[in-house]
Amino acid sequence: MIIDVPELSLVALVGISGSGKSTFARAHFKPTQVLSSDFFRGLIADDENDQSASADAFETLHYVAGKRLTAGRLTVVDATNLQAHARAGLVKVAREHDVLPVAIVLDVPEALAWERTQAREDRTFDRRVLTRMSRDLRRSLNQLAKEGFRKIHVLRGVDEIAAAEIRYEKLFNDRKDEHGPFDIIGDVHGCRAELEALLIELGWDLIRDEAGRPVDAVHPDARKAVFVGDLVDRGPDSPGVLRLVMGMVAAGHAICVPGNHEQKLARKLNGRNVQLTHGLPETLEQLAAEDDTFVAEVRTFIEGLVSHYVLDDGKLVVAHAGLKEAYHGRASGRVRSFALYGETTGETDEYGLPVRYPWAREYRGSAAVVYGHVPTPTPEWINNTICLDTGCVFGGRLTALRWPSREIVAVPAAKEYYAPVRPIFAAPEKPEQGLDLADVIGRRHIDFGYGTTTVPAENAAALEVMGRFAVDPETLVWLPPTMAPCTSSTVDGFLEHPSSAFADLRAAGVDRVVCEEKHMGSRAVVRVSVTGAGDAIWTRTGRPFFGPDLDEALLARVRAAAAPIFAELETDWLLIDAELLPWSAKAGGLIRDHYARVGAAGRAALPVALSLLEQAAGRGLDVAGLRDRLELRSAEIDGYSAAYRAYVKPTDGLSGVTLAPFAFLAGAGVSYAKKNHDWHLALADRLVAADPEIFTPTRRMIVDLADPASEAAATEWWLTLTGAGGEGMVVKPWAGLAVTGEKGRLVQPGVKCRGREYLRIIYGPEYTRPEQLDRLRQRNLGRKRALALREHGLGLAALDRLAEGAPSWRVHELVFAILAAESEPVDPRL
Amino acid sequence: MLLTLTTTHRPATDLGYLLVKHPDRVHSFSVPTGTAYVLYPENGADRCTAALLLDVDPQMLRAQKDAFELSQYVNDRPYAASSLLASAMARVFRTALRGASKDRPELAAVPIPLEIRVPVLRGTPDLVSRLFTPLGWTVTATPIPFEPEIGGDSRYVDLLLTGDIRLADALNHLYVLLPVLDDGKHYWVAPDEIEKLLRSGEGWLAAHPEKVLIARRYLAHRRSLATTALQLLEADQPVTEEEAELPVARRAPLAEQRRDAVLAALAEVNASRVLDLGCGPGALLSALLKDRSFTEIVGADVATRTLEMAARKLKLDRLPERQKDRIKLIQTALTYRDDRLRGFDAAVLMEVIEHVDLPRLPALEAAVFGHAQPGAVIVTTPNVEYNVHYEGLTGMRHSDHRFEWTRAEFAAWAERVAATYGYTVTIRGVGEDHETTGAPTQLALFTTEKKETKEVTA
Repeated sequence: MIIDVPELSLVALVGISGSGKSTFARAHFKPTQVLSSDFFRGLIADDENDQSASADAFETLHYVAGKRLTAGRLTVVDATNLQAHARAGLVKVAREHDVLPVAIVLDVPEALAWERTQAREDRTFDRRVLTRMSRDLRRSLNQLAKEGFRKIHVLRGVDEIAAAEIRYEKLFNDRKDEHGPFDIIGDVHGCRAELEALLIELGWDLIRDEAGRPVDAVHPDARKAVFVGDLVDRGPDSPGVLRLVMGMVAAGHAICVPGNHEQKLARKLNGRNVQLTHGLPETLEQLAAEDDTFVAEVRTFIEGLVSHYVLDDGKLVVAHAGLKEAYHGRASGRVRSFALYGETTGETDEYGLPVRYPWAREYRGSAAVVYGHVPTPTPEWINNTICLDTGCVFGGRLTALRWPSREIVAVPAAKEYYAPVRPIFAAPEKPEQGLDLADVIGRRHIDFGYGTTTVPAENAAALEVMGRFAVDPETLVWLPPTMAPCTSSTVDGFLEHPSSAFADLRAAGVDRVVCEEKHMGSRAVVRVSVTGAGDAIWTRTGRPFFGPDLDEALLARVRAAAAPIFAELETDWLLIDAELLPWSAKAGGLIRDHYARVGAAGRAALPVALSLLEQAAGRGLDVAGLRDRLELRSAEIDGYSAAYRAYVKPTDGLSGVTLAPFAFLAGAGVSYAKKNHDWHLALADRLVAADPEIFTPTRRMIVDLADPASEAAATEWWLTLTGAGGEGMVVKPWAGLAVTGEKGRLVQPGVKCRGREYLRIIYGPEYTRPEQLDRLRQRNLGRKRALALREHGLGLAALDRLAEGAPSWRVHELVFAILAAESEPVDPRL
Repeated sequence: MLLTLTTTHRPATDLGYLLVKHPDRVHSFSVPTGTAYVLYPENGADRCTAALLLDVDPQMLRAQKDAFELSQYVNDRPYAASSLLASAMARVFRTALRGASKDRPELAAVPIPLEIRVPVLRGTPDLVSRLFTPLGWTVTATPIPFEPEIGGDSRYVDLLLTGDIRLADALNHLYVLLPVLDDGKHYWVAPDEIEKLLRSGEGWLAAHPEKVLIARRYLAHRRSLATTALQLLEADQPVTEEEAELPVARRAPLAEQRRDAVLAALAEVNASRVLDLGCGPGALLSALLKDRSFTEIVGADVATRTLEMAARKLKLDRLPERQKDRIKLIQTALTYRDDRLRGFDAAVLMEVIEHVDLPRLPALEAAVFGHAQPGAVIVTTPNVEYNVHYEGLTGMRHSDHRFEWTRAEFAAWAERVAATYGYTVTIRGVGEDHETTGAPTQLALFTTEKKETKEVTA
């Protein structure tokens, strides 16, 4: 016997003790799919037969069942389920999760059940209990349908139970295996002429009957039409629209979900008493001219419509009034109701129409939801949802969405066929301004395309920075990832050396790199646009730089220099990664309070100590060893002082401040992460050429990692650079920002290789002593590298989402994750 | 890392006896942070100088339990006089510090002419002078300049003390005041530090005008330890918390008035379910908790540390269950929409908006007035016009204030927000209402009529 079970359902096994429910469950379902009341009693009370624990056990079982159903997993409940209240609890759980409740009844002779019960040592109840159970079972059998079980399978006798076979059936709304391509068409409302025009515009060939009426349409590229419902009412030819759509659906050229207007029409046709409003009288009048057969077909057609479809591997959901994520692929009265009517807040607006609950604003699903129902002036993507009702019957347009290309095609209405109650083109529904805390707080798992990451709930610091210090999150579309240094060098006297940097990238499968001078300043991300609106410059933690006036003055210079680039790249804005120089411009306080302080103390103390030793030596005391040590110290503190001093330059307002741009991250609708560094640096050079005062060039050298001479030249270059007080260099894969290596894994976008003198600032004046270097070479880079790569991936994903025009919360969750990663404890000297 | 002790007592060579260190030898001692040396650059009958030099070993420093700020590798320990030097001194000159001397007991007991030089010491000339002058020293503190590229003076001085002081006293002064000036003890401050402070401060600390500062800094800002130490110093004059918090004492009455004004406004609008947005460490929350008419209180702040402080202050973990059910603390950022904040009778933004960057203020308005939509909103913020009455105040009242508004600016803002989000607003002053400048704090009370909800048949 075949038992049909919907893929997602709550299956209740029903049967007396000893009827073989557990054996049946084991035979047909995965152990994790089966929730047994015995198990839960044991979980609560350490005794599977402790009936006093039943209430708690079932409460827990229902809770677990609910979690499984929320996640969309078939769940089987192995309990006797002989009493109405027990089953009611399961039906409730199923309804709460909008899945179908299914009952499988195992009906075995009581004598056999008693035999089995007696054979079990842990079952001690007497026969009367079993007899009562049997009585309950009999009584249950004809109650199940009434109680809400949508499928009831009764297996009578041992043989039937043994022969049973489970067959999973898809829900009607599951059309994931249909991949289109689709032309999804908005609310037609009887506008047959416009529908014909739109189909032709979309490339469909109309098929007409002998009377010249369109009865089907085919697309040469085998596209499929999807109608979002509300085919009828208000317009001039609802029967004509129905005839065409019914023909297309029957021929397999289209699929259709019902709208509230079809629903109401069907009720009317079934003789129910409905209000003759909102254009229904027109439809009834038009149908009166049709023959009864057609009207009967219409009724059957509407009744056969499924309220929503999940299409294209779950990437697309179509429902008349939209559908919130929890309802996708679910089946229940309220799912159907949502799909047909949407959700209302209970309030009415000034026109007496119900105020709709803005479900789309809160939508966070990955499936695109395409719907109609609410007339809007222009279709607009809101959180991956789009409404295609552009009020054709009210004189607007009939709109289609091409899937998967997401292209909008529309034809204008010939006229206003019906006057709207509420002006439809007045106030479009906009996503609520700003961001929702729920998108950033709590422990969150993010799959960002280049990897996955878990943002811990304790990202308190990130929220504080974002909430109180950062620039507007809508502006803050990217943050620079941290960068790992190269593997510690074994070259004598060096902690970091080009040879290690080259080796690191070679190991990652990179054959060509660009060595870029590493400017010692403050990282700056610059967003400039043609109009200047929304422009900003921010630090690596998203804070503004100097204050509104100076920042704007700086941005104006960048904007002016970038003017020709906007036009050339066909973008009205640019996101630029740069270093702001000198270091002292932004970090003056840090330099004074920390670095220079140590220098001042050292340079004051050591000469005094040395002169005292000189005096003591003059008295004949043996202080030679101590003097040597302090002399070394003195030289070291001088080296240290020279190192930080190189990055201190006088600035006054903007005077003396420069920007060294080195990457152009994104523009309107595009991420430049795949462009190679020649491209990026050429653009940077043009900014420098346009305004040499405000821009500093980035010196660079391209190195072929297969060519030792090329490497040697770069090493020489690095030694000269750092010898002259330069911080060092960043070695990047030449091919661009988003470079993947073997197995498609992201490669570090760059490794830094810092100069020997510069590192005194980081590791202390004495770090070059051999014993110190040896110890520092043991530094652990793993954590830093992992962090750098994760932040890099998150940043790339943010640029991708930005290019796609994703809603701002989708970009912000990634930027927030970068900031959260930055607050992870990692050695700050790396 | 270095100090010198000079005497011109005749014969100056007695210094060697007093310090119990032979002038013709280089003495070295291993100490936990490196090696300490005592040597005599000069030793004449007119003038004798002993130098104490601590050669700090960064490796050994690192092995110490605590790390110095981000400066585990880069710090001034090897160069500046600090608690490291004080510890080394206590070890090397143990006998002299006690005032004992086997060879010159009578000299150890009397003041002698002394010169002490600490070439690099953290501190300002003013502070150094305030600390040493009351002890009988003539103080010459020369600021150590930064290099010209940086410009200005560093936070170090080259200190020269001269005076007729008993050697043991001089050493005890240094032992206590070097760490006080350095203001960053290198070891964990344990309660037995109080003992050390009292022992070394015997005879001079109790009468020192800066004793509060000395005790607090020496005990590394551990308030409870400092208070105990001060109480022990003068048993009949218990030191109140307030004395230790002098700088903020002036503001306390205004804070109270502000809190009372907010409570009055809440009573005016009959609020029982209230939000304290930007609750901080809970100044308002404890007042709300005391009033049973508030049935649901939510304190929200962006900083978890602050929320922890509030929870401690309110003793949340020890409240009876029924009390505890009335209050909840949540982390939120007011520039984000937060569904948890919806549906309250009133929200309080007490001294909060001025901590938000002006360009971000519209996001706060949208989140609070537009999304959370409480029945009433109470906003307080400083009145910048009143600032002229604060003596010595330059700039804004708090370093984190992003703006301070005049009465006109606040009124304009309040009216715009009220109009945008459908509220009615009234503004009043809180605190002494000055004729020309108005009150120090301004309060806006936004109220709204509850929207009528009609039943709808869809």
